[in-house]
Amino acid sequence: MSTPTRDDLIDFIYAEARMLDDGRFEDWLALWMPEGHYWMPLEWQQKDPHSASSYLYEDNFMLRLRVERLSAERTFSQKPKSRCNHVIQRPFVDEYDPDANRYITHTSMHYVETRLDEQQLLALTARHELTLVDGALRIANKRVDLLNCDAAFGNIQLLP
Amino acid sequence: MPSYTAETARALVRGHQVHRDVYVSDEVYRLEMRHVFRNAWVFVGHDSQTPNKGDYFTTQVGDQPVIQVRHSDNEIYVLYNRCPHKGTKIAIDRQGNTGKFFRCPYHAWSFKTNGCLLAIPLKKGYEGTGLSETENGQGMKAVGAVHNHRGFVFARLAETGISFEEFFGDSLSSLDNMIDRAPAGRMEVAGPPLRYMHQCNWKMLVENQTDTCHPMVAHESSAGTAVKLWVEMGNPEPRPPAMQIIAPFMSSYDFFENIGIRTWPNGHGHTGVKGSIHADYEAIPGYFDAMKDAYGEARAKAILDENRHNTVYFPNIMVKAPLGQLRNFIPLGANKTLVESYVYRPVGAPDELTTRSHLYNRMINAPTSIVGHDDLEMYERAQEGLMSDGLEWVDLHRLYEEGEDFSVEAVDNGTTERQMRNQFDAWAKFMQDTPGPAEAAE
Repeated sequence: MSTPTRDDLIDFIYAEARMLDDGRFEDWLALWMPEGHYWMPLEWQQKDPHSASSYLYEDNFMLRLRVERLSAERTFSQKPKSRCNHVIQRPFVDEYDPDANRYITHTSMHYVETRLDEQQLLALTARHELTLVDGALRIANKRVDLLNCDAAFGNIQLLP
Repeated sequence: MPSYTAETARALVRGHQVHRDVYVSDEVYRLEMRHVFRNAWVFVGHDSQTPNKGDYFTTQVGDQPVIQVRHSDNEIYVLYNRCPHKGTKIAIDRQGNTGKFFRCPYHAWSFKTNGCLLAIPLKKGYEGTGLSETENGQGMKAVGAVHNHRGFVFARLAETGISFEEFFGDSLSSLDNMIDRAPAGRMEVAGPPLRYMHQCNWKMLVENQTDTCHPMVAHESSAGTAVKLWVEMGNPEPRPPAMQIIAPFMSSYDFFENIGIRTWPNGHGHTGVKGSIHADYEAIPGYFDAMKDAYGEARAKAILDENRHNTVYFPNIMVKAPLGQLRNFIPLGANKTLVESYVYRPVGAPDELTTRSHLYNRMINAPTSIVGHDDLEMYERAQEGLMSDGLEWVDLHRLYEEGEDFSVEAVDNGTTERQMRNQFDAWAKFMQDTPGPAEAAE
């Protein structure tokens, strides 16, 4: 494609969620721009990732490390492995700017993560900043805001 | 399960081993809340969380809900978070400003911010009833004693007992080193803490802070994988801050043996007597100059050369002086602990220091942290494994010596479990029905 349609953007968000649910993490990593960050703020409507703590502010190296670790031989917190499921609403296209090659979507979802007898449900919104590279959409940045960001959690081991 | 008293609970601690009931028994948990957390000095919060008059912050001391509040005299008070009338919690938000007084939302009893009763609606209904002669008639009850040490607020629930100075003694050197690392000599809280729930006993988390035989094993999955990835990438230099933080977790047994562990009386102690996994972080431009201007070159260097790893303050906090961090292990039950991990901004230092501390905090202490995942998995497996009746005792023999004297400061091999034994020695010491004699008036 030379210019993505709004449907292309929306399909991309669905495809990304399915990759995570299927555990195709290497494919998922390939969606990312090398300079991109995955940010999960700690505070409600947090302004920036540096002046307060965050749950995640992962660069490419940290995302790769996270994915590698999931399948490493001595990752005991993944024996047995966690599984996840995203139930997403149709994404809003908040910005559609082919001239700047910049597209922003806003997606509400319910994220379920489970392991052994435990299952947790997180309600969240994901803001994707997408860009087109060699005819394919890529994630330039992703921000995930948890509805209950101020609650205490046990392990969240996979990624919404 | 046997019926415990403070006296029989003390027998669960034998120096080189402790009975599993100190981790799993609800009864022992209630006893340690009633006695250990009542007789010891327990961390409450930082005074920058309540910078203005009327500012309050709600937390727990042991299992007791309390309010830290700044009164009109500008001092910090710590009050039980309960209306003396029916018990309603006065504040349930984590922080706020209450103005000149607290007002109970149930029947509008109101209290000055030092707890004193201000007014009760329809007061004549209490005339001659005897309310004013009761404790409830005085207002919101304050904890036994409060001490603000350079911004860090501690409370002792018991009215009488060990003084702040005697309880902490020379262990305050770690907290002081953290504060001294601010050119202005004070710190400010940098946002809310990360809050991480653990289905295990609070003591497991505290013990792990000076457990130097676990990082290269339990964290092989995170730190080991990071090192492996970095090698595959061809070891590029300079290493980014994330690698500077995580790679040292894979340091050898030799390294940890050599950095040493120091123990102080009353259950306090730290790893990293001679260097630590925090010693080799990249210098942040402008920081040393700011320190030099504040303290002079020699003193600034001495402050920054002290790179202690984890300092445990008995019973339930850990301070990481080089990173301006404090972790509060809040007990919620025999098998439930809330960990709140704070970052403090060293006033007068470049913002990059705080940015690095936040990076460390989310990499290591968040519910989304891969290092945290490693640790929590071990704690929760231990909590479940301890239900086994096959063995009743937990082992603390590592570098144990008969007749260890915890009433004196000591420095030992960095892989010793001496600090864990020291904590249990203090635990037994403060597991007393009656607190010590009244301290001399300050």
